[in-house]
Amino acid sequence: MISDMNPEDIVGEFKEVTLDLYNSVSRKILYTDIETPYPDGKLIVSTTTPEGIIAHVNSAFIQMSGFTEEELIGTPHSILRHPDMPPAAFKDLWNTVIKGDKWQGFVKNLRKDGGFYWVKATVIPNVRQGKVVGFTSVRRKPSRTKVDECTALYPPMF
Amino acid sequence: MSFMFTVSPGFSPAHLSGWYIFNTWLQKQTELAIHLELHDNFHAQTEAIKNDNVDLIYANSFDAAMLMRDKGFFPLVKAKGKSDEAIIAVNSGNTVEDVAHLEPGTRVAYTDDPDVKMMGMIMLEPADLDATNIESVVANTNILVAKKLLKGDADAGIFLAEAFDDLSKMIKMQLRVLVRSEISDIHHSLMIGPKLLDKREEIQKSLLEMNACDKGLGVLNSLGFDAWEKVEADEIEFMIDLVDALSM
Repeated sequence: MISDMNPEDIVGEFKEVTLDLYNSVSRKILYTDIETPYPDGKLIVSTTTPEGIIAHVNSAFIQMSGFTEEELIGTPHSILRHPDMPPAAFKDLWNTVIKGDKWQGFVKNLRKDGGFYWVKATVIPNVRQGKVVGFTSVRRKPSRTKVDECTALYPPMF
Repeated sequence: MSFMFTVSPGFSPAHLSGWYIFNTWLQKQTELAIHLELHDNFHAQTEAIKNDNVDLIYANSFDAAMLMRDKGFFPLVKAKGKSDEAIIAVNSGNTVEDVAHLEPGTRVAYTDDPDVKMMGMIMLEPADLDATNIESVVANTNILVAKKLLKGDADAGIFLAEAFDDLSKMIKMQLRVLVRSEISDIHHSLMIGPKLLDKREEIQKSLLEMNACDKGLGVLNSLGFDAWEKVEADEIEFMIDLVDALSM
């Protein structure tokens, strides 16, 4: 399950919005303009079930998201969904990976403290004995040029 | 019958004699005739694998995928607490302070080690650099990558972190690290092939107990670590997915 964001967790001045996530689930999002720079040389790695429930996270994921491992495991990956990300991007992601293909894109992720961080994300289906048993998502540092392009590109997609 | 053992090229030269000592230890433990064949480059190693001339291999993550999926190999162990990491370094006289400030047309030196090259190229992405807008300078060894930087034949170098750390103090003083990867999930694995599969459990047990006696520990130390750790096939599958994602 995914719960609303808690004002006590937020650092700095925040805005509020309700996002429709999946299966009629909505979430109250509290978000700020504070960016956490992506650390050099690190990879953020997670795996999910075929339904998008987080099954594994690495230490860089925990560090950048601001959540604890206990808070993340068993939670939908959309806990990172930032209101500035157009729903069409995630639709494209799911349509791609359920066909068994890889997806790559630039994503603005939401932190527990309401801040954000940009990533270059690649999602691939985990195929075992011909069956998709989950997905692996790997995030790396994006270039500032790509981030600036996406910052301009995404708002008109709503 | 003699079995063939090989070690993925690209390891630090400081551990060359260690692999021969390890092979001697392994033959004593298993009472099998095992010949250690070290290939000069990845191309020669790939040919040996294709021709089924490898029975035991300390393999990088790229080869692990092919060995498991196409050649019927199984993972045995990995070096405890060790992962494969890469470094981007420049000549200490270079004014670039951040990898993101490297420009298109940068001359980048690297070896033919596919893991290290992949990790290095990922670390160049924040500068919008990729295979299409860098000038590749291929070198046979990590030491030669360092020499390219020192001579001014390359602007940046991609190194296996362990090999960079093992460079002489004199060389390292003339280089500057811009970024070191902290991936943690990519590592070499000792893998066993179809002809030795009936010995899999026995060999794995010997390896896992190797650090329990002084002699075994000494052999491990000559390879640069203290113990082996068991690797399950699931872990290799995860690493293969990871490398697959990173290769995109």
